[in-house]
This record gives sequence, C-alpha cells and structure tokens, in this order.
Amino acid sequence: MNARTRDRMATGLLWLAGLLILGILAWFLVAILKDGLVTALDPNFWTTKPRTTRAGGGVAQPLFNTFYLTALSLLFSLPIGLGAGIYMAEYAKPGKVTDFIRLCTEALASVPSIVLGLFGMIVFVNAMGWGFTIVGGSLTLALLNLPTLVRVTEDSVRAVPQSYREGSLALGATQWQTIVKTILPSALPGILTGIILVAGRAIGETAVLIYTAGVTTSRNVGDVDLLASGGTLAVHLWYVKSEGLVPDAARIAAGSSALLILVVLAFNLLLTLPLYFWQKKRSGAAH
Amino acid sequence: MKKPLSLLGGIWLTRAQTRARVAHGVLLACAVFVALVIFSILFFVGKEGLLVFTDVNPFEFFFSLDWNPPQGHFGALPFLIGSLGATAIALLIGAPLGLAGAIFMAKIAPGPVRTVLRQASNLFVGIPSVVYGYIGMSLLVPWVRDHIGGQGFGILVAGFILSVMILPTILSVSEDAIRDVNRTLEEGSLALGATRWQTIRYVIVPAAKTRILAGIILAFARAFGETTAVQMVIGNSPRLLTGLTNSTSSLTSQIIMEMGQTPPGSTWNRALFMMAFGLLLISLLLILLVRRITSRGEAT
Repeated sequence: MNARTRDRMATGLLWLAGLLILGILAWFLVAILKDGLVTALDPNFWTTKPRTTRAGGGVAQPLFNTFYLTALSLLFSLPIGLGAGIYMAEYAKPGKVTDFIRLCTEALASVPSIVLGLFGMIVFVNAMGWGFTIVGGSLTLALLNLPTLVRVTEDSVRAVPQSYREGSLALGATQWQTIVKTILPSALPGILTGIILVAGRAIGETAVLIYTAGVTTSRNVGDVDLLASGGTLAVHLWYVKSEGLVPDAARIAAGSSALLILVVLAFNLLLTLPLYFWQKKRSGAAH
Repeated sequence: MKKPLSLLGGIWLTRAQTRARVAHGVLLACAVFVALVIFSILFFVGKEGLLVFTDVNPFEFFFSLDWNPPQGHFGALPFLIGSLGATAIALLIGAPLGLAGAIFMAKIAPGPVRTVLRQASNLFVGIPSVVYGYIGMSLLVPWVRDHIGGQGFGILVAGFILSVMILPTILSVSEDAIRDVNRTLEEGSLALGATRWQTIRYVIVPAAKTRILAGIILAFARAFGETTAVQMVIGNSPRLLTGLTNSTSSLTSQIIMEMGQTPPGSTWNRALFMMAFGLLLISLLLILLVRRITSRGEAT
C-alpha cells in the first residue's frame, strides 16, 4: 500500500470519526425527544404537582425549584466570582501568591460534584442544622459555579486591550473607576457567556443537590421559603427513575428529560441572541 | 472639586481614591475566599472520612473485597475497581474517537462541518448527567441485555455513557493543541513530499502530544468523579465485578446509594466519607499532574 492510498484511507476514517460523533448526538437527542417531547410541551405537565403513588403527576414544584435554585446560586456566586476574577486579572502581580490562588481555583474546579454535595451536607445540613433546604442547596451549587466564574472573568478582563486602561488612567480615573466604567463593559460579553455556561450546568446538576436540597419539595408551587426542601427537575428525574414508585414513572422520566434538554437549549438561545445584537450595536457605535 | 475626605496611610484621599482602595481590599478578599474553599472541603470531608480508621483497619478498607457494613465489613476495593473499570472503558472508546474527531476538526473538515461539530460538542456538554443516565438506563441497558448478554447493567454501559460525556473535553483540548502547532512544521513536512496523513501522524500529533495527554487526564478525572450517570446504569450491587455486563458498583454510586440511610457519625457513614475523600485526593493529584505536564511542555 503506498502513501497516497494510506492518506486516502486515513482521511476516510477521520471523516467517519467526525460523522460518528454527530451520529451519537443525533441518536441521543432523538431518543430523548421521541419519548418525551409530547409530555414536555404539555402545559399541564408544568403546572401539575408530582404524585408519589398515582399516575398523572407533573413537575410543578421541581420545575420552579430548578430556576429558583439556579438563580440563588448565581446570586451567591456572581459577586465573589467576579471579584476574584477581576482581582486576578487587574491587581494580582505575577508571583507565588497569585500562582497559589490560581492553583486553588483549578483544584476547586476539579472537585467531583458528589464530594461538593457531601461537603454541603456536612456544613449546611448537619452543622447548621438546616436539614435539606433550598438555601443549603443553592449555597453548595454556588461553590460549583465559583471556579468557572473566576476563570471566565479573568480571561475576559485580560482580553481587554491595554490601551483602554491607559486611556482611562491617563484621564485621571482611579483603577477602580477604570475597571467599572471601561474594562467591565468591554469584558461583559465574555463574562455573560460564562454565566450561561454556569447556569446551564446548575440547571442539570444532581449529585450536588441530592444530599443538600433533598429530593422532595414544598407542597406549594412557587414556594420561595429558603428553608423548604428544594428537589429540582433533574433530581426529580433521578428520583423517579431510581427510587420512585409512581406507575407512570416512564412517562414522567421521559417528559422530564425532554423538558430539561429544552430548558437548557432555550436558556442558551435566550441569552445568546441579545448578546449577539448587543455586540453588533456596540461595534456599530464605535465607528 | 476634589475634596480630601479621609486619611489613609498618612495621605489625604479624595472620595474616588478611597473607593479605589476599598475596592482593592474587597476584591482581594474575594480571591482569598475562593482559595480557601478547597481547604475547607479537604478539611471537613477529610476529617469525617479519616475517622473511619478509628473503627476499621486501613488495610481492610483499601484491600478487602468484602463490603458488608451491617456485619462490620468495610472493604472498599470492589468500588475502586468498579470506578477504574468504567473509566478505563470510557477512555478506550472516548480517547481514540475524540482524538480522531479533533484531528478531523482541525485539519480536514470544511468550515461548515467544523462549525456543526463544534456546536454538537457544546450540546454534549449541555446535556445533564442525569439525562445521560436516563438514556443509558432506558436505551442501552435493555439493548446490551438482549444482544450481548448478562444483566445489561454494569461497567460496559457505564463506560460507554462516560465515553460520550468526556468527548467534548478531549475534542476541545486536542483540537486547540493541534491548531497551535506551528504552521511552519506542517508546511515543511508537506514541502518535503509527505502526504497529509503522514504530516498529521509524524509531525503534528507528536508536536501536540503533551497537551493531548493533558486533555485525556482531565477526561479521566471527569469520568472517575461522575456520579449520577454511572449510578443509574452500573446496577449498584456492592460486590466485585464479575463481568462487563453484570451489576457492580463504583465509589461514586456507592456513596450516593448509601449516604441517605446511614446516620452521621456512624462507621458506615464515615466509610462513605472516606471513599469521597479518596475521590477528592485522586482528582487533586490528577490536576497537579496536568499542570506539571503542561508547564513542562511549554518550557521545551
């Protein structure tokens, strides 16, 4: 076999690998949506409370809790994550201390989510004595968000051209004024992308939440009580599939899976589109 | 307009200057807080876990195959083997496929195909692990039971699901590594008459190999620590694996299955925490390894 034939064969195989990856994704998506799309798009499914023993239940509280916990976790993690990211990019001088903080952030990012969940259980469920709560779950979730937020903020702030800083400082602005008025607006698209990434992960997270927010929910839909237990849609899916006793578990699981995928997709789209137009407008205004 | 408003370090500062100094301090506090989180995790989980050795011989914990907590047997080795087995299968499938996909994306795919693949990779990341577990449970387990044999639940399906979950990591790290290989190397090789495949195999991939390896280690860490997806398809029988398609358990799945039924402070509970502490230490070691490898790669 000469080199040219070998080259053609390798090219063919690499195409095959690419197509196989696409094929697996298509197969998975079809499998999820085929069984669950009808249930997932039924408004009754969103507004009916889950049932433990009879068929016909929905996912009202878990769906609400999904958004509630994700929002709370961002509320807790955004200020600290942004602050640490800005510090690393703008203030930290290269050296041992900075390296060490970066190593710690990377280490935190590598912690398996189940370990994070157990840590949350020790601190919030047992030591604080709260039991399984929405606030305990979202605080633990916030720890999962932190390293990604720090890294994305640092990268986006670093990517802002040096001339912006020099211009602002030359006009007499303090370093803090420069950061707030000049650097953050330019770094915002990158930071927002990071927030989307983090929120998408929080929406689908289970291992962090099972032993911090619990698998059950408040009896009332839309209960904002921070000390209520906060089973989310993803956790509900896990619970129904592995321990639930509902006769229509298959329907609930298929519907929840499809709904989860749709929520994650919609979330990506909702935040990406305004960002796209905003960027266009900004770059247009610059001329 | 600048009125001196406060005295700090013996210098009168304007309001803006004061604010800038306070902001500096607050931002530093944020960074220090993030750095401290990992230590409190190590401390709390480690303390809970290491206390198991007041009741259980470490030798038994690490090397015994017998896990029967009600009878006082705490051998965690079957779960370590389950975790390693599933992760090994994940890498055997995911690493070659991911690397081939990355080469394809970086060097062969036309623009639109590359964009589609990158979006696909992002979608793979977006699928929650519980949904991966659900697919494995409802689609793959029955198929394996009917066509390959055994119970269907086991490390084969767990490994396959994990291989898909780690694809995006391997794809993106390897593609970046391949893309960053200096173009002059590639052009030199092609100019000498090498085919595209010869160039990829003997020039580009060897030049990118440290970062590709780092990506594979990251993927290993992710697969090893994955919980929900594995727990849903591995079968959760607390015993040594007897075959690729027979029910067994991993470190993560065993923790999630039994943590709820053990009272805090009991030996059983602490044994589960020790497994979690082991997972944590392995993840941290892998991250340090990745840092070492990549920094050495940059130096040469």
